[in-house]
Amino acid sequence: MADHEAVKVLDLKGLPCPMPVVKMSQEIGSVKVGEVIEVHTTDPGSLSDFPAWAKSSGNQVLESQQDGGVIRIFVKRLK
Amino acid sequence: MNQSVEAQLTELREKIAAMPPGPQPKLSLIVFSGELDKLIAAMIIATGAVAMGMQVVLFFTFWGTAALRDPKVNAGGKDFMATMFGWMLPKGRNQLKLSKMHMAGMGTAMLKGLMRKKNAPSLDQLFEIAGQLGVQIKVCEMSMDLMGFRREEIIAYPHLDYCGVATFLAEARESQVQLFI
Repeated sequence: MADHEAVKVLDLKGLPCPMPVVKMSQEIGSVKVGEVIEVHTTDPGSLSDFPAWAKSSGNQVLESQQDGGVIRIFVKRLK
Repeated sequence: MNQSVEAQLTELREKIAAMPPGPQPKLSLIVFSGELDKLIAAMIIATGAVAMGMQVVLFFTFWGTAALRDPKVNAGGKDFMATMFGWMLPKGRNQLKLSKMHMAGMGTAMLKGLMRKKNAPSLDQLFEIAGQLGVQIKVCEMSMDLMGFRREEIIAYPHLDYCGVATFLAEARESQVQLFI
């Protein structure tokens, strides 16, 4: 469960579908290619939605961790 | 022989060049139903699709057009049928009913309360987000005419215009995803 070097933390707790991926898609451009964003969300759908979003947008989910009600997802910008 | 192969190749190249482009990462969604639950679903899919990197066009037709009425505008000068339609149909998205369990308003009110409690985006918020994300809305002219709606009673939305079935089909045939709600 090694933490990844995130340059930005995106707090999306309390936001339900579709807001987590909407915010993610708006924020991905704010970091450089190769950098990592750490997302905090409470929407259980995010566990499958973020990998789907990453696949579709050409980015990468490095890891997802569930810690109580909070899900932490590490997203690397690839393009 | 060689010449004929060359000629065939040239012909093929010309054909390929003249072919229309294949499906794009685009969503064409028909909003036919004028019901709260179905419009919420349509708007969530629309905003989600933009997040997925897709271009989104929503075609509002039939009962769906009533959801685009501006409750603050009273369009006068309508004939009897248009006035009746205007009176019977919801005046905007906040008057829509659930397709199931409306229960004389109780079910719809309960769902709206539940959505607030769960912090789910309301239709007002979804329309605002959709506008910011560049989701296009195209409204069926024929439905407007049938229901007797005037353009001045349709909401001010940043990317809204009016169209017919050909516009929808032209968009749909080059969209990877087409949905009807």
